[in-house]
Amino acid sequence: MTASRLLERLFQTLPVLLGVSLIVFLMITLTPGDPVEIMLADSRATPEQAAVLRHDLGLDRPLPERFLIFLGRALTGDFGISFFHRRPVWDVLVERLPATIELTLAAILLALAVAIPLGVAAAVKRDTWMDRALSAISLFGVSLPGFWFGILLILLFAVQWGIFPVGGRTSFDLEVARITGFLLIDTLLAGRLDAFGAALRHLALPAITLGLPTAALLARVVRSAMAEVLTSDYVLFAEAKGLSRGRVLLRHALKNALIPVVTVAAIETGSLLGGNMIVETVFGWPGLGRLVVESIFARNYPLVQAAVLFYAVTYVVLNFVADLLYTGLNPKVRL
Amino acid sequence: MNPPLLSVRGLRTVFPTRRGPVVAADDVDLEIAEGEALGIVGESGSGKSVTFLSVLGLLRPPGRIEAGEILFAGRDLRRLPHAELRALRGRQMALAMQDALSALNPAFTIGTQVTETLLTHRIAPDMRAARAQAAALLTRVGIPAAAERLDDYPHQFSGGMRQRAMIAISLAARPRLLVADEPTTALDVTLRAQVLDLLDTLRREDGLALALITHDLAVVAERCPRVMVMYAGQVVESGPTEAVIARPRHPYTRGLLESLPRLEDPDRPLHPIPGQVPDLARLDPGCRFRNRCGMAIAECAAPVTLQPAGEGRLSRCIRAPEMAP
Repeated sequence: MTASRLLERLFQTLPVLLGVSLIVFLMITLTPGDPVEIMLADSRATPEQAAVLRHDLGLDRPLPERFLIFLGRALTGDFGISFFHRRPVWDVLVERLPATIELTLAAILLALAVAIPLGVAAAVKRDTWMDRALSAISLFGVSLPGFWFGILLILLFAVQWGIFPVGGRTSFDLEVARITGFLLIDTLLAGRLDAFGAALRHLALPAITLGLPTAALLARVVRSAMAEVLTSDYVLFAEAKGLSRGRVLLRHALKNALIPVVTVAAIETGSLLGGNMIVETVFGWPGLGRLVVESIFARNYPLVQAAVLFYAVTYVVLNFVADLLYTGLNPKVRL
Repeated sequence: MNPPLLSVRGLRTVFPTRRGPVVAADDVDLEIAEGEALGIVGESGSGKSVTFLSVLGLLRPPGRIEAGEILFAGRDLRRLPHAELRALRGRQMALAMQDALSALNPAFTIGTQVTETLLTHRIAPDMRAARAQAAALLTRVGIPAAAERLDDYPHQFSGGMRQRAMIAISLAARPRLLVADEPTTALDVTLRAQVLDLLDTLRREDGLALALITHDLAVVAERCPRVMVMYAGQVVESGPTEAVIARPRHPYTRGLLESLPRLEDPDRPLHPIPGQVPDLARLDPGCRFRNRCGMAIAECAAPVTLQPAGEGRLSRCIRAPEMAP
């Protein structure tokens, strides 16, 4: 991809982001409920005091003006003060983000690790009992509601058998100094293998909850892409060269079959960020998703707005990454 | 005379379909000696490709060989373990395909695809040697500045160059037998001659045995001393090309010849063969060509075998003797 094409892509995203900002702004301001009332609920504030607070927060200004102020500040990286935390929104987001990224990456890697071998196996053993069993299982997996699946896993693996912890990110006695915010990295940097193990065990159930339905979807994509590639002439020609079955399947066929898989996986990663809200709530995972859910209940406008904008940017960036990976896998696009 | 390099006896390849089994190759016999070129002619669906995919062990499931013997250099390929058959494939017997654009993997460079064969069969000790050999191979098939083009992807090559690169890959390990399935159909006349000349040279100098699958009788007439005509899964006529073309002993062969334009008589009307190939899942034991044959008689409904028809050839027609001039 050339530099000009890159710039063009970046410019294309601007209207998307503007539109998303506007929709979120309207949705949240038009929802019933007043943040000032929620903030002052437990203190006996007079209506005058409430009016002062409302003025300080800029909530007494007309809607269009509030939107423009938001946009202007957002462009300079200032997303305002979180009503609830009384700290800059950006700082709060950055604090919570690593937990969510860690969970999302774990989920998508798990999904790919499960989906690619199963999808390849189903394609190779096409129309056998194994293929049919795999496709029935994956249909089931795709239809799993995340909250139900998560609770089921907690009941079985945490409550019943005690193999994994019920929730949270780590145990209280195993916390380590925050360096990157990624617990798996920080524990290793601190040289604490016990804490690393704890972090991994806490990560397991939420990652499975988020990752398995994605794995089911990706396995279907892998299967159909691989099945198509396996009938191609270049696979026959590769076999005619006397290459081993493994090399034909895993190099010649898989590299081509991965082209659609990568695109879907990147877009799914974006959806996983959204799915995080439910899974993080179920597992008490201190990430962005739970923060957004809490902020919606608290009518914490600035934070929700910034977070949704962040989701939108992430989605756009992931699509962009998908394009880059696509280019890497498919030399024909590299023109 | 030496035993032939490839000898196929009674090959029967079947594809189960929802409408019943389709016998794509039915009782096929053939022989190719070292340094010999056999032309295999027939329309699509006649079983010519399936026959040779069976030989190479490259049938796609659910297709399978039901009967027959495939002897290559004295070894029965049907009894060979998978690993040994794979070691022969690409090394001793190779395949060149019709459409290089689809035969070359779009995701790998030409260099990778050539060196892969060389390294797999340990013809080159390492990547550096393999790349040098790959460049030499591509130069031999007439690709200019081959060394610089090793890192090009197939789509960066022109159609003719792709076809020649594909043939270079097939020939990379200096196989003893090359199955060339319509290798020049996609090429223009000049390139076609170049590629066929290269194959001729290899045949004469290295003793390459060539199975040239084509529907182009002109190419066969020019390049293959022996020809085998297939129709609906069966061999219908085989023998020395010159005799078969000058004096066909099967109505199908004659039909094929009459449907071709002739250079010396451009105004001669063409006679396409009327009718269609019979449904392979609904065959009766009789002659498979009789529904399209001008010479068909009641006796043609009985099973017909390949019979000697003079001049060292075989015909699957009960009226072959009457076709003698």
